[in-house]
Amino acid sequence: MGAVDALKKFLKAYGLIAALLVLPVAYGIQDLNNQGNLERLAENLKDGISNGAIWALVALGYTLVYGIIELINFAHGDVFMIGSFVSVSLWGTLGLTLATGPFGLAIGLLVTLLIAMVASGTLNVMIERVAYRPLRDAPRLAPLITAVGFSFILQNVGILWLGGSPEGVPDLIHSQQQVVDVAGVSITRGDILAIGVTAPLVLLLTTFISRSRIGKAMRATAQDPEAARLMGINVDTTISFTFLMGGVMAGAAGLIYALYQTTVWFFQGFTAGLIAFTAAVMGGIGNLKGAVLGGLIIGCIQQISDNRIGGEWTPAIVFAYLVVIMVFRPQGLIGEETREAG
Amino acid sequence: MSVVAERFNRHPNLFIALGFIALGLMFPFFFDSGAGQMQTAVQALAYVAMALGLNLIVGFAGLLDLGYVAFYALGAYTMGWLGSGFFSEAGGGDGLHILVSGQITALPGVHVNFLLVIVAAVIVTTIAGMLIGLPTLRLRGDYIAIVTLAFGEIVGRIAINGDEITVNGTPLTAGRQGITPVDKIKLPGLDQFQALDLRPWYFVALAIVVVVLIVNFRLRDSRLGRAWVAMREDEVAAASMGVPLVKTKLLAYGTGAAFGGVSGAFLASFLNTVNADQFQFSFSIFILAMIILGGLASIWGTVVGAIALSIINFYLIPEVFKNAPQKIGLNFDLTELSFGIFGFLLVIMMVLRPEGLIPERRRKIELHEGVGPTSGVGKTVVEAKG
Repeated sequence: MGAVDALKKFLKAYGLIAALLVLPVAYGIQDLNNQGNLERLAENLKDGISNGAIWALVALGYTLVYGIIELINFAHGDVFMIGSFVSVSLWGTLGLTLATGPFGLAIGLLVTLLIAMVASGTLNVMIERVAYRPLRDAPRLAPLITAVGFSFILQNVGILWLGGSPEGVPDLIHSQQQVVDVAGVSITRGDILAIGVTAPLVLLLTTFISRSRIGKAMRATAQDPEAARLMGINVDTTISFTFLMGGVMAGAAGLIYALYQTTVWFFQGFTAGLIAFTAAVMGGIGNLKGAVLGGLIIGCIQQISDNRIGGEWTPAIVFAYLVVIMVFRPQGLIGEETREAG
Repeated sequence: MSVVAERFNRHPNLFIALGFIALGLMFPFFFDSGAGQMQTAVQALAYVAMALGLNLIVGFAGLLDLGYVAFYALGAYTMGWLGSGFFSEAGGGDGLHILVSGQITALPGVHVNFLLVIVAAVIVTTIAGMLIGLPTLRLRGDYIAIVTLAFGEIVGRIAINGDEITVNGTPLTAGRQGITPVDKIKLPGLDQFQALDLRPWYFVALAIVVVVLIVNFRLRDSRLGRAWVAMREDEVAAASMGVPLVKTKLLAYGTGAAFGGVSGAFLASFLNTVNADQFQFSFSIFILAMIILGGLASIWGTVVGAIALSIINFYLIPEVFKNAPQKIGLNFDLTELSFGIFGFLLVIMMVLRPEGLIPERRRKIELHEGVGPTSGVGKTVVEAKG
């Protein structure tokens, strides 16, 4: 009996971590046997972290919104998709092509980044205003259903905008070009861009939420909206602001995705949304650090699966992880920070 | 006169049902047996059965299932596996035939009597429903939605990539190519159904809907049905009044899934293909939109919602309004927009009339009091803590 209990306790504490390590460890051993080094695995993990940085930005939006109103903002992935579409369309408007010089490109991409962030942020605030706010006192499933509805509306906007199939976009930054070689792993321009945009944004966001006045209001509202209201916090504005932050992050992710993957299509948001939601839950929903950690981990799993098992199975593997996490560790790796978790 | 009025007051559903069935029985005689309208009608009826199944899970038991497409897929694959030439090696190349007659007996592959396939589909989907329900038992409402969605996607992925999974050299599914042709329905005493003679199909679909309706009404008023509603209203209270949550939830998933399976098997035979592209997330949303439009938990609402959306999807959008965008000078294909339209419907209905077109009485009261099934649980927890 004691052994069974001990096993249960171990699984509860480390089961998820063990499950996460299965893929990298198994393929690491296989690589050591076949090639005698871990270069291929390291390459996978490096790609995974760059991809994961994008998922982390999207996951932040899920976790912020869930933390404050306990809603799975199903349309969030599609807000990210719109961010990509805005970026790609802006390149055309600004005249950014493969021939643009490095200086013009830097300015142009910065402008694109800002506009994509503002556009996605505004869109997210608008969705909250139209689809979630009227339902704040309704049964909990009601806003979830409108969220799904909005997700479909945005996907259709995407279809009307750029068509129903994946669209190749110019590889403006030559994302596959190697910059340095670290122990056999080539770090490309795309990797530097992904990390270089994500890291400062995440730092800014966390500092903002822990230091600023409105960040404090956000945390107070997340803990107890009624008490926050009594303390003079405008709960509606605070919630709108949370959606703005989430949307802004998704917009940035949209631009990076377009530059890094060099294809965009209307359905990218659906998959990205589910992956990012998995990441947010994995880290512990409501928890910003958890979302980033979860994003990076999911990115690695996805990359290993793409590279070794085959891309067509990747969604199934990510969803299987989602189910496993939900069942065995719904509080995530670091722990939830929501009202119900206390 | 007064006797009839009294009877009506006591059993309004019986009268509405008789009216519906009479209408349903007359409908096919207004159209040519191969007409497009008949095609739409048969599909609409199959979707009614499916929507009633989902309504049982989402409406009665309050478990938001976003992966209902999994049961459609499993039902359809049961039909595809047990009623086509897909397993061409079966019986040493001569085929395996169980209670079938006519020219089918000469074909290779597995061919099982349609009624037995239906039984198999019910068994398979009920078990699948319970298996999918199992991990969600302890989860809160919105997490259930995501886990069921994940299962739906996993089943869809397996359907798409199933041609890579082989057991003894036989693939699991035919992937995007699809298993085709699928055996036409053959009922005892009747000839094999024909692809262009849609009336028999229509009557079989109508019969399925009638059976599903009867089961739905009887279940709703049964001990189990009341347990579902109690659980939807307040899980903690229901459990303390002695409702066994695990059993009640699993039965909801299992029964709801079975309806999807029956309808899926029927559709596989009717559409003559089991194709992985049919089993996408948008299908789950399509069925969910039917329930929301009609009114969650309302049986008649679900029927109306399912018929309305089927007509919009299979008739109005592709045939009647196909050229509308060109007429107002826009250049796009309206069929591409159909899911945007359903998304819009979901939002509009939820914001403006969350109780649906034909609301269920109890739910309407709840919505207008602002106290809902799942929010009730959360609220008490917060209040108790605060």
